[in-house]
Amino acid sequence: MAEATTGRRPGVRFMSRSRLTGLLTVATVIALWFLLTSVTGLVGEFRFPSPPDFLAAFARLASTGYAGGTLLEQALQSLRLVAIGFAAAIAVGVPLGFVMGYDRRAEAFFNPIFLVLRPIPPLAWIPLAIVWLGLGDASKVLVIFVAAFVPSVINTYTGVRNVQRTLIEAALVHGAGQGRLIREVYLPDAAPMIFTGLRLSLQASWTTLVAAELVGAFLGMGRVLSTAYRDINTAMILVSMVCIAVLGAITMMILARVERSVIRWRKT
Amino acid sequence: MSERLPLWAWSAAGLILFFGLWQGAVSSGAVSSFVLPSPLEVLERMWKLMNQPFAGALLHEHLLSSFGRFMGGFLLAAVIGVPLGLMMGRFRLLEDIVTPLFEGYRYVAPLAWVPFAALWFGTGIGGPIMVIFTGAFAPCVINAYRGARLVDSYLIEAAQTHGASEFRVAREVLLPGALPSIVAGLRIAAGLGWQSLIGAELIVVSSGIGFVMVQGQSNLSPSTVMTAMAVIGLTGLLIDIGLRQIESRVRAKWEGR
Repeated sequence: MAEATTGRRPGVRFMSRSRLTGLLTVATVIALWFLLTSVTGLVGEFRFPSPPDFLAAFARLASTGYAGGTLLEQALQSLRLVAIGFAAAIAVGVPLGFVMGYDRRAEAFFNPIFLVLRPIPPLAWIPLAIVWLGLGDASKVLVIFVAAFVPSVINTYTGVRNVQRTLIEAALVHGAGQGRLIREVYLPDAAPMIFTGLRLSLQASWTTLVAAELVGAFLGMGRVLSTAYRDINTAMILVSMVCIAVLGAITMMILARVERSVIRWRKT
Repeated sequence: MSERLPLWAWSAAGLILFFGLWQGAVSSGAVSSFVLPSPLEVLERMWKLMNQPFAGALLHEHLLSSFGRFMGGFLLAAVIGVPLGLMMGRFRLLEDIVTPLFEGYRYVAPLAWVPFAALWFGTGIGGPIMVIFTGAFAPCVINAYRGARLVDSYLIEAAQTHGASEFRVAREVLLPGALPSIVAGLRIAAGLGWQSLIGAELIVVSSGIGFVMVQGQSNLSPSTVMTAMAVIGLTGLLIDIGLRQIESRVRAKWEGR
């Protein structure tokens, strides 16, 4: 909860109290984990892995590999699918959302179609994608596309819709053409909302990819997870969960960096 | 605005074009109905599934068992998540303790919990409920927390100087003040929970509307899959409309006081 820390900045001190409490919590949880699994054995290995098992499973995935590939191969496969699906979705979704927010006729035309399709959760497209395209990469890209498409359209649309009328009128009074109006008024004003949409899209991409790979895949982090589940290898289940979370966090950070540079650029 | 066509005509044109192209593509034989069944075929299939058992039960029976699971997980998330969020907003220490764990949990996709959920609670009722719970939990906590932070600390202090216990402060100051934010969170939670349920049913369960889809998929019957998609979408929409009603009622009451 990033917002929570504003308003009580730690200042120049080395470590704030809340930081310290957080670290202590994490340390306690790890100690408890050790205690319940390795030391006392209260939680068996078929319920939850012990820390040494976890590390061993990680080492195995990273070096010799598991479920048909090493960590690098599996992670790259998942990353690649997310990147393709996400890029395709925003390449279509952001312009469509823009047109819907910009032109009332386009809004009236597309909105009802959206109202029909939007309530269907992205995960519900997985079986249809498999019937159409099989278990390979294409069906995954399709479901990621569907999942990432909706938030990017809706948020771009909302952002453009809410551009202040006074700004638009001021630009028009000063003789801005349509091209300049879009470039210098609409896009900058809607940018924060568009990026909110992209963040939601990226999150949806990962959720959907994991689900699609769990349902059936030949390679990828979800495949590691489902193989580990079938082998009742709890250490590997946990390893793949952590890896998926870390991959998601990394892509989110990249997106946040892009957002910062874009928004800084538009201010100068 | 002086468009030649009124806006509703554009809306109607959009819908007609969408369903018309869909029906037309199949009727004309451009697309095989084995690949893409027409809207009418989907409706026909829906009628049949409601009268003839498929995958062990009628369509609405499958839906009912899914809905039961959904309610279980959703209520559990609300009952645990909302008080936790409120207390996090009230007590700094609790916030500092929970935040790092919560941040870690939030990055794990809900569906990634499916294997552990199945190992710990089985694939019948407990496992899916846990998956729904992991999907719905975060918005419950976050919105209750934000709502509690919005409550004026003077109100809390005033209640305390009048001798209110911690429990009364929570019930009579914190909860009402945070209510609009909480209800908005519940709406998000319901959407995510419903979607997680479908995912869980695709992977491990042997009944429910998600299972109908899996069976339709392995029977290579797109019309069954699309029927289930329509039912899932419609149910999700109805849940959202219901919660939106509650939200606007709460908001009206809250602003009117």
